[in-house]
Formats: sequence, C-alpha cells, structure tokens
Amino acid sequence: MSAPTVDADPAVLPETLWAGRSRMLMIQETLIGPFLFFCALVTVVTTAGIVLVLGTEAFRFFQMPEVSAVDFFFGTKIEDDPVSPRFGLLPLLWGTFVIAFGSSIVALPIGLLSAIYLSEYAPRRLRSVLKPALELLAGVPTIVYGYLALLLVTPVLKRLLEPLGLRVETFNSLSACLVVGVMVIPMVSSLSEDVLSAVPRGLREAAYGLGATKFEVSTRIVLPAALSGVTASFILAISRAVGETMAVVLAAGIRPQITLNPLTSIETMTAYIVAVTNGDASEGSAKYQSLFAVGLSLFAITLVLNILSGLVLRRYREVYN
Amino acid sequence: MSPIMPEVKAVPNVSSGGAEPLPAGTDVPSTAVLSTRDLNVWYGISLALRDITIAIPRNQITALIGPSGCGKSTLLRCFNRMNDLIPSARMTGEITFEGLDLNSAETDPVSLRRRIGMVFQKPNPFPKSIYQNVAWGARINGYRGDMDELVERSLRRAALWDEVKDKLNKSGLDLSGGQQQRLCIARTLAVDPEVILMDEPCSALDPISTARVEDLMDDLKSEYTIVIVTHNMQQARRTSDMTACLMLDDGAQHGHRTGIIAEFSPTDRLFTNPKDPRTEAYITGRIG
Repeated sequence: MSAPTVDADPAVLPETLWAGRSRMLMIQETLIGPFLFFCALVTVVTTAGIVLVLGTEAFRFFQMPEVSAVDFFFGTKIEDDPVSPRFGLLPLLWGTFVIAFGSSIVALPIGLLSAIYLSEYAPRRLRSVLKPALELLAGVPTIVYGYLALLLVTPVLKRLLEPLGLRVETFNSLSACLVVGVMVIPMVSSLSEDVLSAVPRGLREAAYGLGATKFEVSTRIVLPAALSGVTASFILAISRAVGETMAVVLAAGIRPQITLNPLTSIETMTAYIVAVTNGDASEGSAKYQSLFAVGLSLFAITLVLNILSGLVLRRYREVYN
Repeated sequence: MSPIMPEVKAVPNVSSGGAEPLPAGTDVPSTAVLSTRDLNVWYGISLALRDITIAIPRNQITALIGPSGCGKSTLLRCFNRMNDLIPSARMTGEITFEGLDLNSAETDPVSLRRRIGMVFQKPNPFPKSIYQNVAWGARINGYRGDMDELVERSLRRAALWDEVKDKLNKSGLDLSGGQQQRLCIARTLAVDPEVILMDEPCSALDPISTARVEDLMDDLKSEYTIVIVTHNMQQARRTSDMTACLMLDDGAQHGHRTGIIAEFSPTDRLFTNPKDPRTEAYITGRIG
C-alpha cells in the first residue's frame, strides 16, 4: 500500500507521495460538463422539433382550399371524397374518448384496489413478489394485447353476448377497452402503491391508536393523505390510454363513427394516423396533411394530461413539508 | 437466554386490583389499572423485554425511564397491543387491563385501543382540519352525541381551545409543533380513553411547549391514568408519581438487546434513594 506505516502522522508524510491529478483527468473534467449538457439537450431539441414540425404542417393543412378549421374541429364526418373531402375530428375524438373512458372503468378501480392491497394488507414477502409481477404486465408489447383482444377477448364476447341477441362485430370498442384497461393497470397500481406507502407511518399509528380498523385506516386516513398522488396516477393512465395505438387498431378497427354501442367498430385518433400512413394518401394531399393536424391535437391532449398530473403530484409533495 | 420461545401459559387475572405479592424491589399502590407479570416480548428470535412485572396505578403518572434501546417504547406499546402492527413481534406472559387478559386471542385490539389512547413522539396530526382531527376518532367509534360540543370540550381539556377556536377549519398541519402535540392529545381525549400512553411526547418540542404539555399531564391525571416514556430524567422527576427504570440485561444473548426492569418505585424515592445500583448509576449520569 502507499502509506509507509499505518500510524504515521500525515503532517510529516513527504510531499513526493502526492502526485496530484494527471493532465488527462483535468481535460476530462472540463469536457464532461458540456458533454452532459449536450445529452440533456437532445431530448429538449427533439421535443421542440416535433412540436415545430406538427405545428407548421398542421398550419399548411388549414391553409388548404378544401379544408376549413371549423369543419375540422366541429365536423362529424370523415369522407375520402376526391372533390370535397371532409375531415371532421369529432368521430376520432369520440373514439379516443370511448377507449380512455372504457379502459379507465377497468383500470382505475382494479389498479387502486390492488395498490391498497399491496401497500396496506399484503405481507411484506408476498408484496415483494406481487409488485414486480404486476409491473411485468407493463412490459408486454402492446401489439400482443391487440391480437389477444382480437383472437381471445372478442370471440369470448361473441360467445357470451350473441346468445342474448346482441351482435358483436369482429372489431369492437368493448374488447379494446378491456385490453387497454388491463394494459394500464400497472401504471395505476405501481404509482399509487408508491404514494400510499410514502404516507408517514405515524399517521397510520395515530389512527390505529384511536381504535380504527385496518380498513378505516386504509380508506379514511392513508388514501385521502395520498389522494393527489393517486389522482396523478389516474391521469397518467388515462393519458396512456389516449395515446395507445396498436392494441386499439387491432381490436377496435378503423370505422370513424359517433356511437354509444360498444359492440361496434370505432376509430381513434391514433388508429386514424395508422390507417392514413398505411394507405394511399400522396404526399402533400389534404388527407396526408390531415395527419399532422390530428397528431397535433393528440399531442395537445396528452400534454395537457401530463402537465395536469405533474401539477397534482407537486401539490401532494407540499403536504408533508 | 434460550432463543426458543418458552411456553408460558397466560393466566387470566381475576382480581383487577393487582393484589398479588410482587417481587422485591417493586413497591406499588394497591389499585392497578394495567399490570404485567413475567411479560416477555420477542422481535423474531430476539428477546426485547424479559420478565417484566409492573403494575400501573390508577389516576397517577407512571414514568418509564432508562437508556436507549432498553425497550421502554416496546413496553408502552404492549399496553395497547400496538406491537401487533409489527409482524415479527410476539409476547408471552400475563398482561391485564381492568381484569381483561390483553394477551388473549379473544381480546380485540381495535376496541382496546379506544380505551387506551396513545400520544406519539413526533406530533402526527392527520392532514385534515383541526376540527376533523378531533372528531375523526369519535366518529369512527360511533359517537352519537353532539360533535361540536365534544370537539370544543376535548380542545379545552387539552388547553388548546383559545388558540384555535377561530380557525377550526384550518389544517392541523398549520399549527406549531407544540400546538400539534396538544391537538394530538385532544384527539386522544375525544374518544374518552381510560389510560393515555405517551411515548416521549415532548422530545420534539421546545421548552415552553414542553412545560405546557407537562402542566396538561398534571391536570389530566385526576381523570386518566398516564404512562409516559421519557429520556428526560428531569421530566420524569417533575411529572410522575411512580417511575420504572429499565436497563439492558447484561446476561442477554450476544448481539441482542434485552430490557429488564431494574427498579420500580415512587418517583421521589427512586431519584433520592435508589435501591438498585444500576438505577443509581443511570440517574447520576454514569451510564446511559
């Protein structure tokens, strides 16, 4: 080792033992800052670039003679007419809303209840197995969910519902809602479990000390204390459902319509983008440009949802400081 | 000490008066509310408390003192079965509250905890309004009387009413540390307990807030039995009637900390004329 004797007084060690840093290390130190800055910049620049491209291309779409902005935002029809095409966003918005709403009905209660189970009821050892297992759901590729919906969920729905006289289409929003719901459960349960577990132990003990049962402590002390974090997880899950593409295209199809019947096909904004991209829209045509307007609308929706969840989460963090 | 849990059969204490003869070195008044006999507490395979025999007298303040890690809080948490919340904790031996066998499977810890309230080291008001903090416990326990009246009475009893009466809808977390602790006491009083367990209630408070809480304890003992864990020997001396001095067992298995009661006497006597040399060493500052 470098020190001649273990208990030598450091004050009398000869100065020659200290080589200092090499020139190479000094250069590294000066370069590392700018390099890290560059890495951070990549994501920011990419985001800005996406917004810019979507914005300018969407602007060009609205400038086209056959397109009107009013018709786009309030129109209820999408028609691929070569002379006077119609680009109404509302059927797509409706389709997206149906998926977001329907999957929330599945994911929010199941996700929240499993989070409460994991954080308040599950023995520690079981929890250490269950939580990663639940998170594994999030790792399944979304296309797999899509064909499970098409090849498994829809046939089951047909078997169950057609004897009752209900016609179940091969592409239907119900099976899409079910699989997207299952897909986003881990987002709700994992994030909610984190915020529930972060509620200080002292609050639970105080409630138990007053003669509360476990259920009262969980639902009336822990859950309200973590409410904004739980809300944030809900919003993120909805945002994820809004942006979900492959599972929705495969399960719910691409028929733009405003309908309350969950057993027929619908088209979401994401599905429209897939359909147009795969179709024969030539570059520069109104149909092609409409992609950017729809994409920008979708981006705006998810951005608002994500900002909302960030704000809610920040309010939560303030409570205990 | 064997790490294997001894098979101690809990004998129900029929007479709540705690009139049985206790080992030498203990000297208790006749009316005990809570009493233990040969109580052992285990965390996993580690023995945390050994052979604890103590009787907590009614309408008095009993202090538990002793060096860190000797199990004072563990003992306190046996009295309201709070240790149940720790999965690895077990207890053997006898512990009775008004004749009720606390260590029996039939005893419901939830209804027990309403009768034996607890105030914690760190003030822990709920993130709710001051009013809701006090009303919550009463509400879950099915209180049917006038809630406004109960909240006011509890806050007055905890000497907090005048400071908060105009802001009952403000969050309990907006109060100062000392006020928060008195709010926690008010919350405990609102469920009408018979015993109040206090786990170092002043250790997070400044001297003025501490003095207010100590005055409050003195005021409350006419109606309640109080057990307080404290690190502060002056506090034990100022406030309590009886003091138990806990010590680490020298004979404990290597690597384990086991607490035992070195001495349990009236506070005046324990501090002026301790019988046990370890107590003397602790109160004079030679150990601890």
